[in-house]
Amino acid sequence: MPVYSEKVMEHFMNPRNVGELENPDGVGEEGNPVCGDMMTFYIKVKDDHLEDVKFKTFGCGAAIAVSSMVSEMAKGKTLEEAMKITPRSVANELEGLPKNKFHCSNLGAQALHKAIQDYLSKKAKGGGKE
Amino acid sequence: MRKVYLDNASATPLHPEVWQAMTPFLGETYGNPSSLHNWGDAAREAVEVARAQVAQLIGADAEEIIFTGSGTESNNFAIKGLTLVKQNKGKHVVVSAIEHFSVLHSARTLEKWGFELSLVPVDKHGLVDPEDVRKSLRKDTILVSVMHANGEAGTIEPIQEIARITRENNVVFHTDAVATAGTIPVDVKRLGVDSLSLAGNQFYGPKGIGALWVRKGVRIMPLLDGGVQEGGRRAGTENVPAIVGLGKAAELATTNVAAQVEHLTPLRDRLLTELPGKIDHVVVTGHPQNRLPGHASFCVEFIEGESMLMLLNSQGVAVSSGSACTSRALKASHVLIAMGISHELAQGSLLFSLGIDNTAKDIDYVLEVLPPIVDRLRQMSPLYAKFIKESKGGK
Repeated sequence: MPVYSEKVMEHFMNPRNVGELENPDGVGEEGNPVCGDMMTFYIKVKDDHLEDVKFKTFGCGAAIAVSSMVSEMAKGKTLEEAMKITPRSVANELEGLPKNKFHCSNLGAQALHKAIQDYLSKKAKGGGKE
Repeated sequence: MRKVYLDNASATPLHPEVWQAMTPFLGETYGNPSSLHNWGDAAREAVEVARAQVAQLIGADAEEIIFTGSGTESNNFAIKGLTLVKQNKGKHVVVSAIEHFSVLHSARTLEKWGFELSLVPVDKHGLVDPEDVRKSLRKDTILVSVMHANGEAGTIEPIQEIARITRENNVVFHTDAVATAGTIPVDVKRLGVDSLSLAGNQFYGPKGIGALWVRKGVRIMPLLDGGVQEGGRRAGTENVPAIVGLGKAAELATTNVAAQVEHLTPLRDRLLTELPGKIDHVVVTGHPQNRLPGHASFCVEFIEGESMLMLLNSQGVAVSSGSACTSRALKASHVLIAMGISHELAQGSLLFSLGIDNTAKDIDYVLEVLPPIVDRLRQMSPLYAKFIKESKGGK
């Protein structure tokens, strides 16, 4: 097996928040299948907080664990707090990632940020949700 | 939990008789084969018995066998050693695009040393067309190397036809038989090659031991200088226990290879036919028929190999993959790419390599545990979600 921490293995075996959201407030996609990993994040926003976060991921064990961890870290946070989640903080929460996996598989934070930006730009255009 | 090892292309278990044959040489029989006393004699005799056993496996003469430290060393030795002695004749080398890295990277090193390299392509089944080899030959071609079978694709190459072409053109022909020696019948005279590599860990022998056969009369430059071990062609004190183990494994394979083929082929065919029946959107990679008896390989669409490997491992099943994520270099297998498989599809690569210990129950078990694993990962996959949406939208 790849040298993964217990935390990575635990999230890989039991990923949290897998799935899609119906009528999400924001969607963010990062990576592509050619280079290995691809993640899509779906968010639901209420009162400036991430009420719900779901994801779908194509990729290795690390990519799946990263997505799961990001979803868990982001849920319930304010948008501002969620934007502060970084690949480094995700890796730290996962008790480390193998060096060669740090860049290619650690795309969860970026995908989440894209989903938040998607929400913000829709809001700016549409003058708020609903 | 059931344990099912289906990664024999990486390493085979050590045969108990091989282990038994080796143990005296890890203990009481510790002499150096070069020494001129009883201790040395015992070790030297054991090495020569092993040399004859390996020679017999491939229909060669014992004195044509050079023991090396691995299949990789044998291939390095062949590619560099057979060309460095022929530089006055030419500097052009031809190898197939799906060679093992020990051949491919050796050929790249030759390029850095001023040689010229031509790569022969393969078709979608991983098969080399002998006519492509003929077309790539030049007046200054001094070596052709095409592997007997590819460990990733499983495809067995038309070595005899290629050898006919190299003989007509008076070019030395090396074949990497690491995946075939001890696995299917291999006879150097029938194949018509000039040099051939094999390795112990592919047919129930120890790791860290290989051999290179070089036809009598074909010159090769040693890569390791030092003493006169191996007829002066490979210096260094012999790894006597491993050599003895390789010899024993070769002897067993000589006797058992036909029965092994008979045992493995139906198990392989069950995987090749039943797996695509149980899982949608699975592509068989490699040649459908002309392939190694214990070798079944696939690409599973919409999901990635490493995550399949990890979930299979959690169910006690060991397999391998040519996906980018499973390679240390994070690059998709050059073999799959050479066969025209897209980088995206190559990510879903799965390789089952069966061994003599596997049974029909093992295959039943894999066919039972793999479909839910694929399903679970597809439920997580944005690519699968897109595919489902698009196929619904198309109605």
